[in-house]
Amino acid sequence: MIEVKELTKRFGSTVAVDNISFEVNKGEILGFLGPNGAGKTTTMRILTCFFPPDSGKVNIEDLDLFENSLEIRKRVGYLPESSPLYQDMMVIDYLDFVGRIRKIPSNNLKKKIDDMIQICGLEGVVYKDIGKLSKGYRQRVGLAQTLIHDPDILILDEPTQGLDPNQIIEIRELIKKIGKEKTVILSSHILPEVSATCGRIVIINKGKIVGSGTPEEMISKAEGADIIFARVRGPKDLVESKLKEIKGLDKIQDISPQPDGTNLFKIKAQPKIDISEDIFFVVAQNGWSLSELTKEKATLEDVFKQLTTGSEANE
Amino acid sequence: MSNIISITKKEFRSYFNSPIAYIFIITFLVITSWLFFRPFFVVDQASMRPFFSLLPWVFLFFIPSITMRLWAEEKKLGTIELLMTWPITDLEAVLGKFFASFAFLAITILLTFPIPITVSLLGNADIGPIIGGYVGTFFLGAAYLSIGLFISSLTENQIIAFILSTILIFLLFIIGEEFVLVTIPTRLAPIFSFLGLGYHFDNICRGVLDSRDLFYYLSVIIFFLFLNIRSLESRKWK
Repeated sequence: MIEVKELTKRFGSTVAVDNISFEVNKGEILGFLGPNGAGKTTTMRILTCFFPPDSGKVNIEDLDLFENSLEIRKRVGYLPESSPLYQDMMVIDYLDFVGRIRKIPSNNLKKKIDDMIQICGLEGVVYKDIGKLSKGYRQRVGLAQTLIHDPDILILDEPTQGLDPNQIIEIRELIKKIGKEKTVILSSHILPEVSATCGRIVIINKGKIVGSGTPEEMISKAEGADIIFARVRGPKDLVESKLKEIKGLDKIQDISPQPDGTNLFKIKAQPKIDISEDIFFVVAQNGWSLSELTKEKATLEDVFKQLTTGSEANE
Repeated sequence: MSNIISITKKEFRSYFNSPIAYIFIITFLVITSWLFFRPFFVVDQASMRPFFSLLPWVFLFFIPSITMRLWAEEKKLGTIELLMTWPITDLEAVLGKFFASFAFLAITILLTFPIPITVSLLGNADIGPIIGGYVGTFFLGAAYLSIGLFISSLTENQIIAFILSTILIFLLFIIGEEFVLVTIPTRLAPIFSFLGLGYHFDNICRGVLDSRDLFYYLSVIIFFLFLNIRSLESRKWK
């Protein structure tokens, strides 16, 4: 369980994290979403006790960040951005070193290391120098480092960075599996990743939380939730004016008039009203023909764009 | 305690992960032996005093190159972020690195053993001053290491760490030397000579192992290790 209250961190005159509050419960995976430089990494560094905040309160597993830093660090597994590792060590030596630092009893250490090698798919590179590994493998070694002591809290800064699509799916599944019994925060600027793995999302921009909720909630909050594209053959102005009479229609726009008399209309309905059937009936009743009717759902991308560019416009 | 041992082991092994350590030790042994034995047969005295008085100058370049990596590389690679978020105190991290560098230095110094053997085979050498000289060398070396380690924590560039450490050690060494002392007011001279790294080593070279000198070196070591911890904490003041 992680509780963050009114957290603020400044670097010189720039405010990296500006009065943010959130909570993550056990068994929950929280996605931290934001453009580069939004304050994701800074927040994570505070939670992992790399540096303290200027003000605010953080409780991790009911331990205070300022008073029980060492105790918190024991329970947290942290994967920093781009997974920094000692280049001149062999994978096996590195895991052994981390295991000792993590105080895994030596009679259990070998088994733990073997488990990590298996879970993270490191079988082929055990005796290689970390510096000679590809980025994907380094990321896996980093993940093994994070998980080796079976921490209750996982803080992952862009965990799938540098992985190929298959590996991304593997790691996602792994995080989902592990996340069932743990408290997980992961950051990303890749939206599908977050909507696929996280139960809840916090969108942060310029150090402030600009939105939060489940992926579904976030999408339904999006302005202009549903957009319908309709391709209709018929007199353009008449079609447009008839369609406008539909109750619940918000906006209609002809986006691509064709010389053969078909027009592609982009229709925006009012929130939570489905007007696609109405469109069909109007067209049919008037004897026109409908050659295309597609619904476009708002995606997390739209929400993200709205929230992160909107605040810029306000300044 | 076990954290210190883990870090010491890891750092010590990483010296030998590349051939540089071996090249390094060999170069050190060749240079010191050459500089010592060249005038040795001319002077025709079975004493190691010239050897010990040589060491502060060889160490001036040798020791910063042992320590330059220790923090600068952690900062460059970003591994410091993991090291400082593992359940390790700053003190444990600093001591672990310090002991590793000291172990490396100790091995190098102990490998000079053919020199005292040769000297005592060739003449009637006095064993007491030789042992005293070695003890003093460990203390002097450890003091240099603590300075180098502290400087390494200030930068992420190893070359800068090397140069700054050499300069700082050099300054601390010469402030106790005669030609510096004559340029400052006579009242300050004793303070300067007491603070100089070299002044205390002169006694040791002569074969006098005074507890005041050892106490001085211990204070230097503790002072710079303390500064090192503070400089790690400085990330917390940003």
